[in-house]
Amino acid sequence: MSALTVLYALLFYAAAATLVVGVAWKCWVYARTPQPLKIPIPPAPTTRRGVALRMLLEVTLFKSLFRSNKWIWLFGWMFHVALLAVLLRHLRYFTEPVWAWVALIQPLGLYAGFAMLAALLGLWARRFLVDRVRYISSPSDHLMLALLAAIAASGLAMKYLAHTDIVALKAFFLGLMAFHWHELPADPALLVHLALVATLMIVFPVSKLLHAPGVFFSPSLNQVDDARERRHTAGWSARGG
Amino acid sequence: MASFETPAIGEYPVIPLLRADAMAHSKPFVAKPEHQKPLGFPGELVPDWERVAVTRLGELVSQSRALQVFLDSCVKCGACTDKCHYYLGTADPKNMPVARQDLLRSVYRRYYTFAGKHFPKLVGARDMTKDVLDDWYSYFHQCSQCRRCAVYCPYGIDTAEISMAARDIMDSVGLGQKYSNEIIGKVHSIGNNLGLPGPALRNTLDGLEEDVKEATGVDVKFPLDVKGAEVLLITPSADFFAEPHVDGLIGYAKVFHAAGISWTLSSHASEAANFSLFIGNHDNLQKVAERIREAALDLGVKRIVVGECGHAWRVAYSFWNTLIGPFDFLDARHPAPQHICEVTYDLIRRGALSFDKSANDDKVVTFHDSCNVARGSRMGDVPGGQFLIPREIIRACVNKFVDMAPETIGETTFCCGGGGGLLTDDLVELRVKGALPRMQALQQVVEEHGVNYMAAICAICKSQFAKVLPYYKHPMDMIGSVHGLVSNAIVLGPKQ
Ligand code: SF4
Ligand code: SF4
Repeated sequence: MSALTVLYALLFYAAAATLVVGVAWKCWVYARTPQPLKIPIPPAPTTRRGVALRMLLEVTLFKSLFRSNKWIWLFGWMFHVALLAVLLRHLRYFTEPVWAWVALIQPLGLYAGFAMLAALLGLWARRFLVDRVRYISSPSDHLMLALLAAIAASGLAMKYLAHTDIVALKAFFLGLMAFHWHELPADPALLVHLALVATLMIVFPVSKLLHAPGVFFSPSLNQVDDARERRHTAGWSARGG
Repeated sequence: MASFETPAIGEYPVIPLLRADAMAHSKPFVAKPEHQKPLGFPGELVPDWERVAVTRLGELVSQSRALQVFLDSCVKCGACTDKCHYYLGTADPKNMPVARQDLLRSVYRRYYTFAGKHFPKLVGARDMTKDVLDDWYSYFHQCSQCRRCAVYCPYGIDTAEISMAARDIMDSVGLGQKYSNEIIGKVHSIGNNLGLPGPALRNTLDGLEEDVKEATGVDVKFPLDVKGAEVLLITPSADFFAEPHVDGLIGYAKVFHAAGISWTLSSHASEAANFSLFIGNHDNLQKVAERIREAALDLGVKRIVVGECGHAWRVAYSFWNTLIGPFDFLDARHPAPQHICEVTYDLIRRGALSFDKSANDDKVVTFHDSCNVARGSRMGDVPGGQFLIPREIIRACVNKFVDMAPETIGETTFCCGGGGGLLTDDLVELRVKGALPRMQALQQVVEEHGVNYMAAICAICKSQFAKVLPYYKHPMDMIGSVHGLVSNAIVLGPKQ
């Protein structure tokens, strides 16, 4: 077993653990923290079903964002949908035999790779070109885009420029999951790609990527507009008065 | 006070380019010890204020899921950057909602997040310094907590929650805002924002009875502290004498009179406003609200009705049940506080009121949706009732009504520029500039439809517009109460 394989195997265990534990811990903090007052933001549904529908439209179609700004919506939505397709495409490295529908979407996932890169560049361009967005961008906002773009680019490079040994790679990941390690091919593009992905997984719970679980906990979006009908109390509002 | 230029209204609205620090000089007067102490805050900046502020921030975040989620989740997408009337009116980058949030988020990150503790430069985290505190004082008093930005944010991040928290932290270290804190003190000690004691209130109401009798020949009563009345009316104290507010109060009285509903005001709870909302302080919010429950129980009323006041209606609609509920002592048919517009609308629908619309024929009317009604509450039993009901009332009372541009009304309405505890003369420049988007939309209907009257259901909006309309070359009496229109048009029984 090469030192490189050991290093990457440990890196991926650490990254996966950080991601899962970090996000779970954050979700637990959000769930545990009380929301003492009712603060739904219109258009606020008056039923739980309505709220579920609202949330669905927000996380699948980015409804509020569409209303706000068509460019951000276009790039943002394109990026997320493409990312989803790419992730689903990657399932084939983790399943044996490969599920039929995963096999079916392989070409789609490929186009998605390009769409993802294009959308990221669009979002990044806004950080330079629009003075308001330039002002609010921290170094970390640029780095996050750089990280994602580099992941997409290195992934595409492996497909089109420097092919890697996919069969060996798959054996490596199946081995990781079975705790029965296999050698990792030492292709530079692959090593870069994997290191960046692991980095992304590690920073997820300590970065703005927390918006992904956060949106579901956002009181302005997930509260039912029924303050007069149902008495709501939590935290200090449950203790006082 | 520095002089300033009223922004020019162009042919169409524009998003300005950033002008850094354009409003850095805008700061409201600082509360004196005598304004701070009665609210339970230190009289002046405490010696180790940095530590106290950071601790208070941690407490607030641990007590509010909203703050937790909002501070973590912003992705700096920029969707909110052009949605705030103060940014549009001043071009100061720190008036972009996300930049305003970042004033506090940067400190939260520094002390309470892994990234900010270890890589502050990378994520824009900052130590709690005097410069930061100065920025807070300036720019968290350039947010009217109107929640317009939250409508547009993909995660519903509500800058109002963040600016309330920031103001609470500032109060807790002894840096309060004079205007709001002085007013809250008056409510605690006298019972209303104006500091109008009970006997003076009775006098004022007697005067109104005479005025209405003279004008209509009808004995419309303005009862105070009447035990056993059906309705307790809680209204902003501005309604008691300031123009154009008082026309609204006369309107409510005429509606109750025409419908034969017995009602009363309370000298114990002679104020609907609850400025504690603006300073984000829970203890004061609760305490000010408590008076209303006490008055309702003491007078033995069956219904509670709230007059035309935006943030008061938010507090009543969204928070009263939580703070001072349950309202199980009220009539089962009206088990929750109602807005005066709900009462009037209901009576109109049942045919219990009649109107002579021609009484308002000198007016072409438009309606300004007040932010706290639009985005902090509701009316009636369907979503959006808060937009429909006031308009239906206006249509019942006037012949000529037009709405302003759709993106400037309803749930995306622009704030008047004076909400959230900013309605003070030391912030006039901010108020005039922040009114720009509303004035722009108004200008359009003035030119296209000859609008000469803007109705509103918020005491702050009315006072703010009376002040800023002249800056934009409109008469100050162009603004009025919805129930002022009702008052003009309603036909009372024995009219000769
Ligand atoms: S709440 Fe209103 S005033 Fe405050 S930042 Fe948002 S849009 Fe501006
Ligand atoms: S719209 Fe929301 S997520 Fe986007 S920058 Fe503004 S506050 Fe942040």
